[in-house]
Amino acid sequence: MAYHRYDAVIVGAGGAGLMAAIQLAGHANIAVVSKLYPPRSHTGAAQGGISAALGNTEEDHWEWHMFDTVKGGDYLVDQDAAEVLSREAIDAVIELEHMGLPFNRTPEGKIDQRRFGGHTRNYGEAAVRRACYAADRTGHMIIQTLYQQGIKHNVNFFDEYHLLDILFTDDGACCGVVVYEIKTGELHTIHAKTVLIASGGYGRVFKITSNALAGTGDGVAVAYRRGIPLMDMEFYQFHPTGLYKLGILLSEAARGEGGILRNNDGEAFAERYAPTLKDLAPRDMVSRFIHQEVKEGRGIDGKDYVLLDVSHLDPDVIDQKLPDVTDFARVYLGVEPKTEGVPIQPTAHYAMGGIPTNIEGQVIYDPQTSVVPGFYSAGESACVSVHGANRLGTNSLVDLVVFGRRAGRHMLQHIQESDFLPLPPNPEDVARAELDALLSRDSGERATNIRAEMQEMMMDNVSVVRHEPGLIEARDKLAELRNRYDSVYVQDHGKTYNTDLLEALELGAMLDCADTIVHGALARQESRGAHYREDFEARDDKEWLAHSLIYRTDEGLQLRKKPVSITRFEPKERKY
Amino acid sequence: MEVTLRIKRFNPEQDEKPHFEEYQVDVEGTDRVLDALNQVKWIHDGTLTYRRSCAHGICGSDAMRINGRNRLACKILMKDLGKRITIEPLIGFKIEKDLLVDMEPFFDSYKAIKPYLIADDAPSAGERRQSPEERARFDDTTKCILCASCTTACPVTWTSDDFVGPAAIVNAHRFIFDSRDSGALDRLRILNSQSGVWRCRTIFNCTDACPRDIKVTDAIEQVKRALMAEQI
Repeated sequence: MAYHRYDAVIVGAGGAGLMAAIQLAGHANIAVVSKLYPPRSHTGAAQGGISAALGNTEEDHWEWHMFDTVKGGDYLVDQDAAEVLSREAIDAVIELEHMGLPFNRTPEGKIDQRRFGGHTRNYGEAAVRRACYAADRTGHMIIQTLYQQGIKHNVNFFDEYHLLDILFTDDGACCGVVVYEIKTGELHTIHAKTVLIASGGYGRVFKITSNALAGTGDGVAVAYRRGIPLMDMEFYQFHPTGLYKLGILLSEAARGEGGILRNNDGEAFAERYAPTLKDLAPRDMVSRFIHQEVKEGRGIDGKDYVLLDVSHLDPDVIDQKLPDVTDFARVYLGVEPKTEGVPIQPTAHYAMGGIPTNIEGQVIYDPQTSVVPGFYSAGESACVSVHGANRLGTNSLVDLVVFGRRAGRHMLQHIQESDFLPLPPNPEDVARAELDALLSRDSGERATNIRAEMQEMMMDNVSVVRHEPGLIEARDKLAELRNRYDSVYVQDHGKTYNTDLLEALELGAMLDCADTIVHGALARQESRGAHYREDFEARDDKEWLAHSLIYRTDEGLQLRKKPVSITRFEPKERKY
Repeated sequence: MEVTLRIKRFNPEQDEKPHFEEYQVDVEGTDRVLDALNQVKWIHDGTLTYRRSCAHGICGSDAMRINGRNRLACKILMKDLGKRITIEPLIGFKIEKDLLVDMEPFFDSYKAIKPYLIADDAPSAGERRQSPEERARFDDTTKCILCASCTTACPVTWTSDDFVGPAAIVNAHRFIFDSRDSGALDRLRILNSQSGVWRCRTIFNCTDACPRDIKVTDAIEQVKRALMAEQI
């Protein structure tokens, strides 16, 4: 096995990981590890925009952005973090432009901005143009631009390495990672002063998802196994407009530009539920509107989908501002958006929950926000929490750049102030044992059915609408799947690009993520944001205006509550 | 529908050279080739190896040769391919295993053209200004997802190791024609070398192969014209 030593190791080469890397490059010796080539990261799939109160096309203020973020998150957002997010978004977007990001432009040559769900002027009066964008491939341009900066700054990329373990000292400080070189099957221990987990989300636990096949929660699961609690896992966002049956994302930008959702009667139904923002109400709500329409028999031909209609838009707007999403409809469904509605259904999209951190990206492990020295997380794998119970569109990209940058800067400070800590003896033991177990069996059930059953069950029981019997069934099913996984059979026993082994490892991570989602959803007897309980339809601020921290212990999963930071906006009923 | 996949297989730990194997899959016409490959891997043979991630034509992982043409497996549907489909790795790079090739030379060419904004100091406040017209000049080449479809479709790259290839030129174009960038001369000098843009024979394979519909040959021509103008 190989040994490396770096000041910082960053796991994940999406927006957050690369933004952190760029802060560190030139000042510290760093490694960026990813199971993909960096530009393949899922940040690249983000479409519609990145919000910042630049006020380039109409009046806007960061306080309005902060308010929308807090309200959009159904008041579970930590307001100190939301303030950082919305203040620093402005400067972060400008920094992206300075790095070369090709934003669309206004006639005056400034960054152009458009409307997006839940973003309003003057604390909810009407939709505001806040989303800075590059056609409908904003995420693509962010990942390209940041990767280019990584090349410019000579960042050491470990492309196609998979995270297996995170290393801690006896005192609980983080001191490195163990990764698996996919090309050769070799283990590498990377000894580091600081570790950043920026490994993204876990949408693949659900059957219908916009997430890449790589979105399997590896970093989140490894941290959890190592005793780090996971926060707010029950809050999983379903984006209202996924391509029917495929889940491929059709950006909210389609509605930002004027697109309308229609039911089987051709009715623009969102207006009935959200009279002010209509189709641009936050995603959790629009997904529930669709669920309700389908439930009441107004899905198209009585089926479980509705239509996204952009046919009334100027064809030039479609070609210039929505080229990719309309192409998806043509390629995958054979539908021409300029003349007909596009079949859509809610699709698993974004994890609000994850590894708990403070506003510096430092991982915390208890309700008192005690810090794990040297250990950081940012982006979708982390939970700061700026998204609370429901993330607003565009705020994931803001989160990546703002908190990726903050984490990078804080890591640099930590690197300059601290020495390398000793690695534990035989640091690769846990990783080696996991691999050996998976590769030791010569027969048995493969990962395929276990994965498919998990995805189907999570979709049926733990998606847009939940209730106790369904969640108990989910918990029991996961226990059964876990048992089967414990003797899962990997058919490929080779060392070279063993993707069969990787898929088994990824399934293990997803089962951990699913466990915590279900546990949190069962415990939280209220409805808030993306977590909607049919048996507890009201929000319960008395009991549940609190984050949930879920720990893995020898006695099973344990939940502790953590207070929400409330600085400016007292919780109110959420209406749009 | 029942479809036969004829897949080129190569396991460096066992095989001396690649060979074809056939698999029967049961698919819908609207399934992607990637879905069919997943069916083989998940049900018939876990050792089948290929890259994939986003599954909707954005991440650039799963470029391969499908019925003789470079395509993303996640962006081409079974109904458009017939009942017998031949799937091979991209040509021109070393096969690592099955449909997965060594991408390092591809990224090396990309890095060689300095694929990052080279510019004077940014304004102290606010963004650099750029008109919509200036922005439009390089819009097409910003769409590149680095999948290598174009580069490995180019016959010139099949026979020469050192041609930077269409994808690198596309990415050079993206910066050369960006009004904010001042590194154009530097990049043009690189593309004027032996391994540069003059190796292009205007065959248009690259344009046909691009899953993002980038007018690749056009972009290469624009770079050639810029070089001519510079020489004058």
